[in-house]
Amino acid sequence: MAHTGLVLPNSGHNRDAEANKFGMWLFLFTELLLFGGLFIVYMVYRMLNHEAFLLSSFELNVTMGTVNTVVLLVSSMTIAMAVSAIQMGQAKRSAMLLWITFALAGVFLVIKYFEWSAKIHHGLFPGLDYYNNLPAGERLFFFLYYIMTGLHALHIIIGMVIILFTIRQTNNGTLSPEKHSLTENAGLYWHLVDLIWIYLFPLFYLIH
Amino acid sequence: MATATAQVSYLEAKKGILSWLFSVDHKRIGLLYLYSLITFFLVGVTLGLLMRYELLNPGKDLVEAKTYNQIFTLHGVIMIFLFIIPSIPAVFGNFFLPIMLGTDDVSFPRLNLLSWWVYIIGAVMALSTLVFGDGPADTGWTFYAPYSVKTGTNVSMSVLAAFILGFSSILTGLNFIVTIHRLRAPGMTFTKMPLFAWALYATSWIQLLATPIIGITLLMIVAERTLGVGLFDPSIGGDPILYQHLFWIYSHPAVYIMALPAFGIISELLPTFSRRTIFGYKAIAYSSLAIAFVGYFIWGHHMFTSGMSGTARFIFSMLTFLVAIPTAIKVFNWVATLYKGSIHVEPPLLYALAFIFQFMIGGFTGLILGALATDIHLHDTYFVVGHFHYVMFGGTGFAFFGALHYWYPKIWGRMYNKAVANIAFVIFFIGFNTLYFPMFISGLMGMPRRYYDYLPEFHVPNIVSTVGSWILAIGLLIMLGNLIVARFRGRKVTERDPWGGITLEWQTPTPPPVQNFDSLPELPLNGPYDYENKPQIKD
Repeated sequence: MAHTGLVLPNSGHNRDAEANKFGMWLFLFTELLLFGGLFIVYMVYRMLNHEAFLLSSFELNVTMGTVNTVVLLVSSMTIAMAVSAIQMGQAKRSAMLLWITFALAGVFLVIKYFEWSAKIHHGLFPGLDYYNNLPAGERLFFFLYYIMTGLHALHIIIGMVIILFTIRQTNNGTLSPEKHSLTENAGLYWHLVDLIWIYLFPLFYLIH
Repeated sequence: MATATAQVSYLEAKKGILSWLFSVDHKRIGLLYLYSLITFFLVGVTLGLLMRYELLNPGKDLVEAKTYNQIFTLHGVIMIFLFIIPSIPAVFGNFFLPIMLGTDDVSFPRLNLLSWWVYIIGAVMALSTLVFGDGPADTGWTFYAPYSVKTGTNVSMSVLAAFILGFSSILTGLNFIVTIHRLRAPGMTFTKMPLFAWALYATSWIQLLATPIIGITLLMIVAERTLGVGLFDPSIGGDPILYQHLFWIYSHPAVYIMALPAFGIISELLPTFSRRTIFGYKAIAYSSLAIAFVGYFIWGHHMFTSGMSGTARFIFSMLTFLVAIPTAIKVFNWVATLYKGSIHVEPPLLYALAFIFQFMIGGFTGLILGALATDIHLHDTYFVVGHFHYVMFGGTGFAFFGALHYWYPKIWGRMYNKAVANIAFVIFFIGFNTLYFPMFISGLMGMPRRYYDYLPEFHVPNIVSTVGSWILAIGLLIMLGNLIVARFRGRKVTERDPWGGITLEWQTPTPPPVQNFDSLPELPLNGPYDYENKPQIKD
């Protein structure tokens, strides 16, 4: 902006790292509430169809779920390290840690893909014959499983795009110890994705 | 220093349609919203007039029953999601919030532009149901399951549009909260902000925290329609009451998204036109937050007749009554502001006074509906329609037009014909009350809402209503015509402060330059409405 004469002390066109982080936190609130709606639906239908939900949960592969939980937790750690690295001015190390996070996200999606395709192979997907003949409660369980883990996977993919963008900015040298709100925001977003999985995993795989 | 270049107004700074469509200037984005909102509003008004014409006589006048259902649904969707939810925040919030805070833009200018584009995409999707697919939804704007799952009309597109529009609303809210926290002028503490900013602050939190719920709920409707999973349709194992809960968890707070900014507008208009410090500044400011907070916990009052435990009904009813307290605090403070003020009767003030009158009728009828016993009788009757339009149109709609008349000279640097504006207001006001007041009577008599046909004993109030709709339309046309003519031929305004207001937007050149201010804004000593210490203002 060409400010002739007067420069206002505050301006939306100035860089304001605090504002960026604040905006990200607010966005995370909306994300939590988006999933919150689904968690309410899950809770209500679990109470209404307790037996069916219990029965269906045995169909899920706990091993794959556990591995994925570990993968995500490690990725949360690596992105937190990437934030620390850029704060200390180690751009190269930060970029490398972001690549590791990106790779772990990829691993998560691959495992998820095998889980889903095994279910779909057995006809366990809305619209397929086997699924359509299940009792209503089990249909609901699997529908919620698909929509909740699917929405979560979509967030993983968006997170991967954000991480790629952050890597590019890191390599361009536009991030520095003084200016790294992008890395921090990528980290915040990624922790949210992790956090939601921490709830999804026991709700679908573990509680009996 | 601040020479010619600084004085170029935002209207003339850049030329060409693209410089508008891709502008990151909050003022231009505000006007983009204004022009698109008014367009959709006129579509909504046309649909409303069609409905009123159909109801002129019992039986068929103009359209088939199914078409009627589609018309009232589209009327609701357009007016709620395309007009009244974005109205005041997206237009006047965008334009004036940064100026009133003494800064030159919102915190995230590009996000601001994105929110307008998202809004347009959602609007195109909503209107596309008129042309493509199996016609607009016929479910009512509430999309109640199981009918919304079963009907053959294009519900999926309509709810996806509402989902997209929710994003736009969230982005605007997020932007405003960060702006208010980060970009206030030095010395402007929270309690020295204009009350309009307070109202937007409370509104933005609701937008942020309630909208995601409707987003995910509407996606579930789409999933249920396409995949046939029994989420809400009881015949395949779903729970329709759950849908109603999820819907109203958003949609009740959403009425405060619609109403709170209007409260903010009134709190600006009254001090300016009574030349008096607002009475009870803090009470008005905090009551906005109180309304936003309590407004979260009262959604159940929409469902008194649809199956809920007695205890839940009792609690929801009691909480509903609680909202009346902060609202009444505002009204008392507004009236007290006028008391012993030096009242200048100008068109914006007329709208503000009409707002208080109509909003009180809307508010009190709301209490009647919030009471358990009377609600059983009045639920789903025209009484509800009357109440809702008194609050939303008589309230927010009038505040919107009041704000338009108030800030008109600042936005365009021209003044409309005040005599015509006054005449238009009177016709508009009479038309509004003639249109909606009879609905209370027919509702009390038991006329159900959303019906295409009615019994002969409801004929008289319906005739009055329909005639009222014509009067209202004439008033609206004169008002908008006056404003449009003034845009090109109105008297030029160059003075900074044509109304004698003292919030910061009146310190900027008219119309404002791109960076809003040409000198550092001066904060009044004792808060934003400090008329005692500003004796030099013009009379």
